[in-house]
Amino acid sequence: MSEELKPVEIIDSPVYMNYSFAAGRATSNFLRSIKEGKLVGQRSSITGKVIVPPRGSDAETGTPTFEEVELPDTATVIMFTVVYIPIPNSKVQPPFIVANMVLDNSDQTFIHLVSGCKNEDVKIGTRVKAVWRDKSEWAYSFNNIEYFQPIAGEAPVDIDALRAKRLKEVEAFKHA
Amino acid sequence: MANSPASAQHDDDVLRDGFELGFTYTRSVGPVIGAFLTGLRDGKIVGIKGSNGKVICPPTEYDPQTSEELSEIVNLPSTGTVKTWSWISQPHKKHILTQPFAWALIQIDGADTSLLHKVDAGSEANMKTGMKVKVRWADDRRGFITDIACFEPA
Repeated sequence: MSEELKPVEIIDSPVYMNYSFAAGRATSNFLRSIKEGKLVGQRSSITGKVIVPPRGSDAETGTPTFEEVELPDTATVIMFTVVYIPIPNSKVQPPFIVANMVLDNSDQTFIHLVSGCKNEDVKIGTRVKAVWRDKSEWAYSFNNIEYFQPIAGEAPVDIDALRAKRLKEVEAFKHA
Repeated sequence: MANSPASAQHDDDVLRDGFELGFTYTRSVGPVIGAFLTGLRDGKIVGIKGSNGKVICPPTEYDPQTSEELSEIVNLPSTGTVKTWSWISQPHKKHILTQPFAWALIQIDGADTSLLHKVDAGSEANMKTGMKVKVRWADDRRGFITDIACFEPA
């Protein structure tokens, strides 16, 4: 058989690492809630800020967080990028937008897709709302939200002003 | 992985799931390792002649002592001698062999260095340092170390 075959020049050399991922109590509660179509964060008793998805502690002060806070599914785009390479095994076609957003009444950004609009229409400060997948598809996953879509009729907000407003709001929840 | 036995020891409040992180690398093998893998695919073992005339198998691209670039490929038989070994009583999924076996350093006849591979000897009692072994070739060979399914007592 060697006569017809070329010398070996390349080999497959994949590396697969199989983890068992434990979400932790706080994130487990977040995932249980999102399975029901609800977004639940946690408030730091020290800073008053709301963290979502919650990790059970406040990274700013290193203290545990306990108070759960239900949040709306509307958010503001803080940063975004237009992606020109496809996501493997995804229906999402490039160019698409991946944005860093902050949910209303929360203080920590998260990353998700922004779609359902022209890419050119997305700005820093664009107001968006979650587009949920069909309820039958809901799992323990942030992907229950297919993407965030700009809210028609809402003008982009000034994110510096938004930050200042939030910092004032969280004062009320700060540990005395 | 999703139902690892460890999960039973933890409280049920915590969600767990399997997560596979994969890197689908390919790598170029160069002329020397390439010759070795090509040989395996074709059912042959090759080594390479070192600066001091000793035969290195599996072949290296450079002499281990002098760092001189090597190129003289040497054909070798598919038999050898177990130099040292370790018995694996509970094979892992990635070991391919499902029955207990030995990892062994095998000096191919005509070579001066040893090759790490498996020996399917049936039981630990059949393993012995200095025992003669021969290659059991895999049915489907593609130019990879697993083209040698394992060695077996000769």
